[in-house]
Amino acid sequence: MTARMDECFAALANEGRPALVTYFMGGDPDYAASLDIMKALPQAGADVIELGMPFSDPMADGPAIQAAGLRALKGGQTLAKTLQMARDFRESDAKTPIVMMGYYNPIYIYGVDRFLDDAVAAGVDGLIVVDLPPEMDEELCIPALKKGINFIRLATPTTDDKRLPTVLNNTSGFVYYVSMTGITGSALPDTNKVGAAVARIKGHTALPVCVGFGVKTEEQARAIGALADGVVVGTAIVNAIADSLDENGASGAGTTAGVRALVQSLASGVRSARLAAAE
Amino acid sequence: MNEPLKPNSFRAGPDEEGRFGIFGGRFVAETLMPLILDLQDHWDRAKDDPEYQAELADLNTHYTGRPSPLYFAERLTEELGGAKIYFKRDELNHTGSHKINNCVGQILLAKRMKRTRIIAETGAGQHGVAAATVAARFGLPCVVYMGATDVERQAPNVFRMKLLGAEVIPVTAGNGTLKDAMNEALRDWVTNVENTYYLIGTAAGPHPYPEMVRDFQSIIGREAKEQLQEREGRLPDMLVAAVGGGSNAIGLFHPFLDDDSVEIVGVEAGGKGLDTMEHCASLTAGKPGVLHGNRTYLLQDDDGQIEEGHSISAGLDYPGIGPEHSWLKDKGRVEYVSIMDQEALEAFQRLTRVEGIIPALEPSHALAEVIKRAPTMGKDKIIVMNLCGRGDKDVFTAAKHLGVEL
Repeated sequence: MTARMDECFAALANEGRPALVTYFMGGDPDYAASLDIMKALPQAGADVIELGMPFSDPMADGPAIQAAGLRALKGGQTLAKTLQMARDFRESDAKTPIVMMGYYNPIYIYGVDRFLDDAVAAGVDGLIVVDLPPEMDEELCIPALKKGINFIRLATPTTDDKRLPTVLNNTSGFVYYVSMTGITGSALPDTNKVGAAVARIKGHTALPVCVGFGVKTEEQARAIGALADGVVVGTAIVNAIADSLDENGASGAGTTAGVRALVQSLASGVRSARLAAAE
Repeated sequence: MNEPLKPNSFRAGPDEEGRFGIFGGRFVAETLMPLILDLQDHWDRAKDDPEYQAELADLNTHYTGRPSPLYFAERLTEELGGAKIYFKRDELNHTGSHKINNCVGQILLAKRMKRTRIIAETGAGQHGVAAATVAARFGLPCVVYMGATDVERQAPNVFRMKLLGAEVIPVTAGNGTLKDAMNEALRDWVTNVENTYYLIGTAAGPHPYPEMVRDFQSIIGREAKEQLQEREGRLPDMLVAAVGGGSNAIGLFHPFLDDDSVEIVGVEAGGKGLDTMEHCASLTAGKPGVLHGNRTYLLQDDDGQIEEGHSISAGLDYPGIGPEHSWLKDKGRVEYVSIMDQEALEAFQRLTRVEGIIPALEPSHALAEVIKRAPTMGKDKIIVMNLCGRGDKDVFTAAKHLGVEL
C-alpha cells in the first residue's frame, strides 16, 4: 500500500490526535478554483483529502453533494480531469494522502486498469467507491490492492457484527464509519452511539476508524474526534463553496477563503479533541 | 416454472451473485447491502413456500383478475394480411397494467418481512398506482417518488395514487423523470432502512430484484403459452413486447426462452430517432455500465455520466434496462429494435379504431413493430404481443400530440 496513508495515521497517533479528513468535489465549480481549494485544505489543517469524482446519479448523496457534482460536470469536469487534479496537487504536496471518492460507472467506462495506472501515477493513495460493496470486490478492490492503492470501505449502523468481517476483509488505509443510515449531510447523530460503534469496529480491526456524515462545526469535530481516529467533513465544506458562488455559479475571492476558515476551525476542533476526551 | 431446464438453458440465470453473464450484480452502498441480503433470504424461502405461493395465487385470481385473456385480433390480422395476431391482455388487470403482478408478489414479501412502510418509484405512474393499490389493500403507508416532468404529463395517475392514500413526491433533480425518481427512492431507502420496503417496479436494480420481478411477471408468458396451446395447439412463431425497464417483456419472454422455434423481439423507445439525443434505446444505442445496483446497457456519455432518455411514453423513459435483457441481447436470443414516437402514436390510434382497444403508449411501441412484421409473415404464422397496459392514462398526451385541445 502507499506509505503516505500509513505514515499519516502513524504520525497522528504519535501526536495523540485524530485526523481531519476533508471531502470536496473535484471540479466544483470549475477546475482552477477547485484545485486552489484542494491546495488550501492541508494548509488549513486537513490531514487527509477526499477528492470527489462527480457522477450524474449519486444515489447515496444528499442535495448538497448532488448539486456540487452537477456544478462540476457543468464546469466540464471529467474523470480524466479529476485524476489530473490529483497530479497537479502532488507537484506541491508530496505528503497529504489523497483518497478519490465517487461511484463506479465513470471508472468502469474509463477502464479499471487504465484508471488504476493513472491514479498511481497521479499519486492517489486510496479509493472509496460507494456502490462497490465487498460482494463486488473483484471489480475494482482486488485490482486496486494489487497496484498498491488502498480500498477504503464504508461501515454503517446496518453493518452488524456478523457482516463486519466481510466488510473489513480487503479494507485498507482506514475504515470510514458512516455514523448514521441516510444520505450525506443529514443531522448529527447521537455521540454515545458513535462511540459504541467505533469501539465495536475496533474490536474487529487494527485499522484507524474515521467517522463521517454530519460534522459541520468545530465543537462537533471535537466531540466526534474524541471518539475516533479521524473526523470526516464533507457536506459543510461543499456548502461553504456553494455559499461563496455568485448568481452565475462562478467562484470569487471568498471561495477558497471561506473553505480555509471553515477547515481551520475544524482543525482546531480535532486538535483539542483528546483534551476534551480527557476532561 | 416447473419444466426441467435444458443444458445451456436461457432460463437458468441469474447465478448466486445475481449475475446474468457480466450483467446484473449488487452494486449498492454498504448501508443497503444487509437489506438486500435479507430480502434475498426472504425471497429464497418465500418462492418455495406453498403458503406464500397459495396467497399469491389467490390474489392473482381474485384481486388482479388473472388469467388475463389471450385475444385473437381478427380485424387487425385481416387488415395487415399476414401472421395471426394475438394480444395477451394484461391491460385488463386490476389497475390497468401488468405492474400489479409484481406488486402483489412484493407486498406479500414486505408483509412477511414485517415492513411497515412502502416506497416506490414510478415513471408513467402505472407502477405507482399498482404499488399504492396493494399498499391500500394491506393497510400500509406508501410514498411514491415521481419525476416532476412525469407528475405533469401523467396527472390522472398522480390523482389516482393520491386517492389510494399514497403520498406522491415530485422529484426535480435531473430531467425529473424515472431515473431521478429511482435515485430519490434509493436515498429514502438508505435513510429509512429499519422499517421500509422498496417496491421496485421493473426487472432491474440490485439482485434479487431482477429475478424476483421477472418471476412475478412470468405468469404472463406461462398463461400465454397454455392459452395458445389450447387455441392453436402449438407455440407462437414470434413474441413482441415493449421494453422500458423490461418487466412486461421478460414476463412474456422468459417461459419461451428455451423454445428455439419462437422468435423473440423486444421494442425500445426510439423517441425522435436514434440519430438524435432524444430516445430511450439503451440496448440498441447504449453501452454496458453500472447504475441503480446493476450492470446493464445504459445511455451514457464517454465519461460514464448517465444521459436522460426521451420518449412520448413516460413508462419507457429510462436510460437503463433490466440486466437479463442485456444478457439476452449479447447472447443473441432476443432481437431488440426501436420504434419512434410518431410510429407508436399511429399504432395507438389504429388499434383503437380497428379493435376497439385503447392501448397505453408503451405497448403501442410493440404494436407498431407488429404492424411492420405481420404483413411480411405467412398467414399460418402466429405472433403473440403483450398488450401490457391500457391507454386511458395517455389520452391527454395523445390529444396534445394530435393537436386536440381537451
